Amino acid sequence: MKINSPLEAYKFLPATNCGECGEATCMAFAAHLIDRSHKLTDCKPILEAKFKKKYEELDALLAPEIREVEIGVGDKIVKIGGDDVLYRHKLTFFNQTAYAYDVTDSMDEKDLVERVKYVQDFKKFYVGNFLTVDMVAVRCTSKDPAKFAAAVKKVVETTDLPIILCSFDPAVLKAGLEVSKDRNPLLYAANKDNWKEVGELALEYDVPVTLFAPDDLDMLKTLAKTFAEMGTEKLVLDPGTFPTGKQLKQTLTNFLKVRRAGIDGDREIAYPIMAVPFTAWMAHDDPVSASYWETVVASVFTIKYGDIMILHSTEPYAMLPELHIRDTIYTDPRKPVTVDPGMYKVGEPTADSPVLVTTNFALTYYTVESDIASNKIDCFLWAIDTDGIGVEAAVAGGQLTAEKIKKGIEDSGFDLKKDTSHNTVVIPGLAARLQGDVEDATGANVMVGPADSGRIPGWMEKNWPPQKK
Amino acid sequence: SKFEVAKVDNWKNPIQEVTLGATSGDGGSRKSTVTIGGENALPYYFDAEMPHRNYVTMDVFDMPIGMAKAVKGNYEDVINDPAEWAKKVVRDFNADMVTIHLISTDPLINDTPAKEAAKVVEDVLQAVDVPIVIGGSGNPEKDPEVLERAAEVAEGERVLLASASLNLDYERIAKAAMDYGHNVLSWTQLEINAQKELNRKLMKQCNVPRERIVMDPTTAALGYGLDYAYTNMERIRLAGLMGDDELTFPMSSGTTNAWGAREAWMVSSPLNQDSDWGPREYRGPIWEIVTGLALSLAGNDMFMMMHPTSVQVLKEITQTLYG
Ligand code: B12
Ligand code: SF4
Repeated sequence: MKINSPLEAYKFLPATNCGECGEATCMAFAAHLIDRSHKLTDCKPILEAKFKKKYEELDALLAPEIREVEIGVGDKIVKIGGDDVLYRHKLTFFNQTAYAYDVTDSMDEKDLVERVKYVQDFKKFYVGNFLTVDMVAVRCTSKDPAKFAAAVKKVVETTDLPIILCSFDPAVLKAGLEVSKDRNPLLYAANKDNWKEVGELALEYDVPVTLFAPDDLDMLKTLAKTFAEMGTEKLVLDPGTFPTGKQLKQTLTNFLKVRRAGIDGDREIAYPIMAVPFTAWMAHDDPVSASYWETVVASVFTIKYGDIMILHSTEPYAMLPELHIRDTIYTDPRKPVTVDPGMYKVGEPTADSPVLVTTNFALTYYTVESDIASNKIDCFLWAIDTDGIGVEAAVAGGQLTAEKIKKGIEDSGFDLKKDTSHNTVVIPGLAARLQGDVEDATGANVMVGPADSGRIPGWMEKNWPPQKK
Repeated sequence: SKFEVAKVDNWKNPIQEVTLGATSGDGGSRKSTVTIGGENALPYYFDAEMPHRNYVTMDVFDMPIGMAKAVKGNYEDVINDPAEWAKKVVRDFNADMVTIHLISTDPLINDTPAKEAAKVVEDVLQAVDVPIVIGGSGNPEKDPEVLERAAEVAEGERVLLASASLNLDYERIAKAAMDYGHNVLSWTQLEINAQKELNRKLMKQCNVPRERIVMDPTTAALGYGLDYAYTNMERIRLAGLMGDDELTFPMSSGTTNAWGAREAWMVSSPLNQDSDWGPREYRGPIWEIVTGLALSLAGNDMFMMMHPTSVQVLKEITQTLYG
């Protein structure tokens, strides 16, 4: 965005402090515009006709440096781009890299449907949510528009995920568009030879389009400028992803250059960037090496400025690290890393259910909670206030102590003797050294659980209910 | 149109170069040395040539330890013999350096006397001719003594002593390094100000010259805090390049920490809603690779690692990006 202090934004606001936006003052709202935690449209008064000019001016000033492009429709719509900074600690990165996995129009129909479903349903639980992937890229390998249309149609029928239509042949793209035009697919791609026809398709169907100029940033910029002049800024830039050697280094250089130019204010090239780690399969024959290298290339360009990518390997050992590196880079560094301390009921615990303690570090809490809940274990779980530190570091640093555990349980109004039939507390394996102290402090039995909460179910089978002494 | 982009104009401060290992010409017995640091830009950026590639030092322990299954399979034949273990990582796994971790010295493990631990260091120095890193057990009371002894037997070899930290008597570690001609690893836990403080203390209070300091700002695994570790390193490197003299040191990562993540070692997901995690023998190495790779892009120079496949692939990608 073009401004960076709340004061600059404040000048355009109605200055009535009416509170409709949920903030007490216009100034407070202005601060949230700058850190991008509120949208300008959250201020209803400024939408009134008399503020039209100010609204438009401010809206333009607040627009992110890198244009935001939408692909798909409805719930599963994917937004890419929209960034304002080169380093995540300067603010945060917005709109995580969209991962598209490929299918081809030469695939057997059954395999195609199965693969699309697998991609659509792939999920991995993490810190209170499921990590999932986003899109399907349909590649034309048959060179036949009719075959391509049939494959696209099958994908459209099978999933709501947004789609990328891949071919350099405008006739093929058009055939694909005809059967997916309601789904706002991304075209891949316009290049120096077909740009006119593909550009016309993008305009006619009003869909986003990828511009492809391998290792030629002058050409990439020329294409982007031309398309903007033709009337569309729904553009994605592909400077080519070369899988090995000096060319891979050059690919990184191109990504760095394009993004830096965009953030520095060159509007003509300030669009989301596409990487195609899929090309790793051209450099490696055996599937494990290819999957590994694809994951490595995908990681590099998830970290350095790829906004969308086309991938091939659906091996879990490729998808899991991809999902996690993306989460790593796009997690808002400003978000709180704690949960509220206190007692949480998992499932429907009774007096016979176990009492477990953990810390209020979000990563720890959600990991433990999901390990228990997904295995249908009913229990009382305490998030002890450790200032948001995980178990091991909190024991080492003194934030997780017997006193804290005692206080945490008492503060919830819970009485171990009355409210349980067993008067027993289970502490994390990594807090084993607190066992004696917790016994002394609470007067309860203290059992030491496993070091990793993933092993709680197996541990429970062996150790719960506790043997009467 | 012509595409144009400026180079970054406020990266004016080069990162310090640090050499590890000493050849016979320099009073040691290593066949070759390793130099890290010297950057004038973020890694692999076009703004300035990167003077040195990334290096990998592979972990060797002075006693059998718990390891993920995929890792253990590679070391079963040498697990009781640190010298053979060191030979193996250099000969078979292409390690640039070897780290000998003297973990059995921990009073809560075997309480091996410092003198005996130093013997292991001698064996490793005999067994391989690459530069070495010497790590303690992490026990703050015992480490200074262990590292002093180790420094003494390795006199002149310009090893990296791991580590000086704020929670132990770092002056003793620094002094041992100065007395016997070694480098110091300045280790802090994911906190840029603590890193500045420790570096400052090493320089001002302990008189460690700049060319003898490497930093370890802590590595948290992919999915287990890598977001903090990545950004911490990136901020440290940017601050260094922009002129903060307390942060212009090359960095080292305990990439092996990646194996602590359950995704790296568990047979399958403990959650039945998760999609199938697939075979763990492929999941583990890539977990270590991606953890290291992310940090390499944040500015990390040297990687402490364990799995041979991880080492091979991390080297391949970092050397490709290095050029
Ligand atoms: C990130 C980290 C930090 C961060 C913490 C950030 C945070 N919000 O927690 C920071 C930088 C602040 C930090 C600081 C310190 N740290 Co630290 N840190 C780590 C690191 C890299 C990862 C820890 C982590 O997040 N794990 C992931 C979470 C999810 O794990 P968890 O909370 O333990 O939860 C798991 C289990 O405990 C179990 N579990 C949890 N709850 C429950 C409940 C029940 C009932 C059961 C059965 C199981 C269970 O399942 C969970 C999932 O697996 C580790 C090294 C490593 N790679 O493991 C060192 C580590 C934990 N730190 C360590 C130390 C020594 C410290 C410091 C004391 C260093 C110092 N002198 O300053 C300080 C203490 C600071 C403080 N407490 O104020 C040591 C601890 C050594 C020891 N065993 O005593 C470690 C192991 C590093 C090392 N090898 O030396 N640290
Ligand atoms: S809704 Fe608009 S006018 Fe009202 S307080 Fe918020 S910013 Fe000010």
